[in-house]
Amino acid sequence: MALLEATNITKVFGGLVAVNDVTFTVEPGSIVSVIGPNGAGKTTFFNVLTGIYKPEKGRVIFAGQDITGWRSDQIAALGMRRTFQNIRLFGNMTVLENVLVGMHVHLQASIWGIISRGRNMLREEAKARNKAMELLNFVGIADKRDELAKNLPYGDQRRLEIARALAGEPKLILLDEPTAGMNPHETAEATQLIRRLRDDRGITVILIEHDMRLVMSISERISVLDYGSKIAEGDVQAIRTNPRVIEAYLGKGAADYAA
Amino acid sequence: MTTGASSQSLWQRVTAPLSSGPTAYAFLAFYVLICSFLLLTNPRTELSTDIVFVLFMLSMLVAYRARVATWFKVVLGVIALGIVLPYFGTLNPFYIDVATQAGIFTALALGLNVVVGFAGLLDLGYVAFFAVGAYAWGIFSTTQISNINPAWGPVDPVMFYPFLIIGLILGLITGVLLGLPVLRLRGDYLAIVTLGFGEVIRVVANNLDRPINITNGSQGIRDIERPPLVLVDLVRNLGVVADDNRLYQLFFYYLVLIIVLLTVIVVARLKNSRIGRAWEAIREDEVAAVAQGIPRVRMKLLAFAIGASFAGVMGVVFASKQLFINPPTFDLLRSINILAMVILGGMGSIPGAMLGAIIVTMLDLQILPRLASVLREAQAAGAPIPRQFDPTQYQRLFFGLLLVIMMIFRPEGLWPDERRREEQHEVEITDEELEADKLTKPTGAETGR
Repeated sequence: MALLEATNITKVFGGLVAVNDVTFTVEPGSIVSVIGPNGAGKTTFFNVLTGIYKPEKGRVIFAGQDITGWRSDQIAALGMRRTFQNIRLFGNMTVLENVLVGMHVHLQASIWGIISRGRNMLREEAKARNKAMELLNFVGIADKRDELAKNLPYGDQRRLEIARALAGEPKLILLDEPTAGMNPHETAEATQLIRRLRDDRGITVILIEHDMRLVMSISERISVLDYGSKIAEGDVQAIRTNPRVIEAYLGKGAADYAA
Repeated sequence: MTTGASSQSLWQRVTAPLSSGPTAYAFLAFYVLICSFLLLTNPRTELSTDIVFVLFMLSMLVAYRARVATWFKVVLGVIALGIVLPYFGTLNPFYIDVATQAGIFTALALGLNVVVGFAGLLDLGYVAFFAVGAYAWGIFSTTQISNINPAWGPVDPVMFYPFLIIGLILGLITGVLLGLPVLRLRGDYLAIVTLGFGEVIRVVANNLDRPINITNGSQGIRDIERPPLVLVDLVRNLGVVADDNRLYQLFFYYLVLIIVLLTVIVVARLKNSRIGRAWEAIREDEVAAVAQGIPRVRMKLLAFAIGASFAGVMGVVFASKQLFINPPTFDLLRSINILAMVILGGMGSIPGAMLGAIIVTMLDLQILPRLASVLREAQAAGAPIPRQFDPTQYQRLFFGLLLVIMMIFRPEGLWPDERRREEQHEVEITDEELEADKLTKPTGAETGR
């Protein structure tokens, strides 16, 4: 059974149809990319999936549950986590705290437990800290645990966002342009990390990305959006040679030339 | 402690040995001793005593921050706040009243700090919750209650104690009631709505003398009951010769002290928990916080409710201590004053809120009036101050100027939250922070057991 099934999603802003009747399915354990020119509606589509926007039409089914219209935090608690295109860390909290915030839904301490500093609460906090350190190790920034998130170098901020998303023990993680603004070396490292999300942790990954080398090397399936509509879907080879995709990216002349 | 001497400022070089190691013990003991000595030998009400008094209160915060053993802090606290200050209070009752007042506002500032500092929700009507607690005890402990139903009489004064809990619950409920409709609002809009709410409560208190006289309107409620004194015989046997009024001052002082201690513990524990982190995350970036599965609405309501509950409790205490309450006691200026304490001390910082409360209360009750009277005496003695200038009229101006200057030169507050310090000045990581890290490690080890 598919982990995520979005059917006939339509999202309209005023007169603009940002996402138009998109159907999109993700199998568990796969790495899937969503590509398309700027303004194609990729991020809007992510925002619909994660509950930031409510779609005008269509349904989203995740892990066997119809989550259409759910609040963002409910969807996150169910195991769908994301990173943001423009990095949204809690800048004035430390690296470790950022990850701990990601664990929020998995911490049970009641308000009375916290006020009385009960044994269970202390044990849970200690465990959470260990787990957070393990995640920071996984993404490779454990030595920076006490720095403020906003003081991290750019690449590390991206890593921290991934660690924070992992803290929620997600089944599915949505990465919105995880290598934007990175140099080739950093991009290569990020590619490794994304692969390890799936291979080491069994997390399904959906990726929005502009770096075609990354997309082509890592994705098992690719969906292409243009002007809010899905214009193509398939494996790497099929997308590479699809004339509609080439047209969307390079214009009609180029598509004719390629054909 | 590793000292990168070159990277340290002079201030750090001076304070570092005083806040950790054996010198810290000696320094703190000496500090408290000197202040106590100065206070007890000169209990007159004058400017120099005011200053020593402020320094004395400050010593508690310095100790709170210093890296010395917890038992030492407890001992210092018990000696200073539990013995020296009340004893000083028997010599000069004015100061114990100031200390009690400062304590009441410390609890209020700590409560508002949860809402404004932790969760980042600007609340300009905080005093409303204080009013709710105060009016609850005011109405139920006096004959006002008989106006609602002639069959009901005032409750027994001993009910004061359960009413502390009732005040807490009433504050909580009012906090949720205010929170519910305003949760979708942010920043300026939230501030305006809470401001309106604060005014509504005051106006209701002002007008609820008709058709049924519940609040006694603008005349206020007088003769509010005080709880029966506890341990009177014990205190008398200790040789304290004091009338009931003096004893009540001591009673309220200790009561407020206990409530403030509980408040500090609750607030500090909440801050370092999943709930505190969730509040902070919401304050930093709401969208990102929600994307971590944090239920925004519930967490904001919780902040409102907890902040309000402290005010509710203190309202009951305040009404009982003052014996009299009326609507102007709970006006907008009071809310703004509490907010000024939080901002002056440093938003989100627990010692900051306490320091802010102490300083603003002292300024209000002692230092500014005293400065004004000093100026007036100088004026009378022929100093070149125009006769039209009445210094007492300008107290608020001085207070306002002080706030403006503070915000320009130290926008993060007098005692900013450890992590907040950088936010405004953008300095690189200092030794101090590495040191702060060491501080957190022992607690980590403790929790690991």
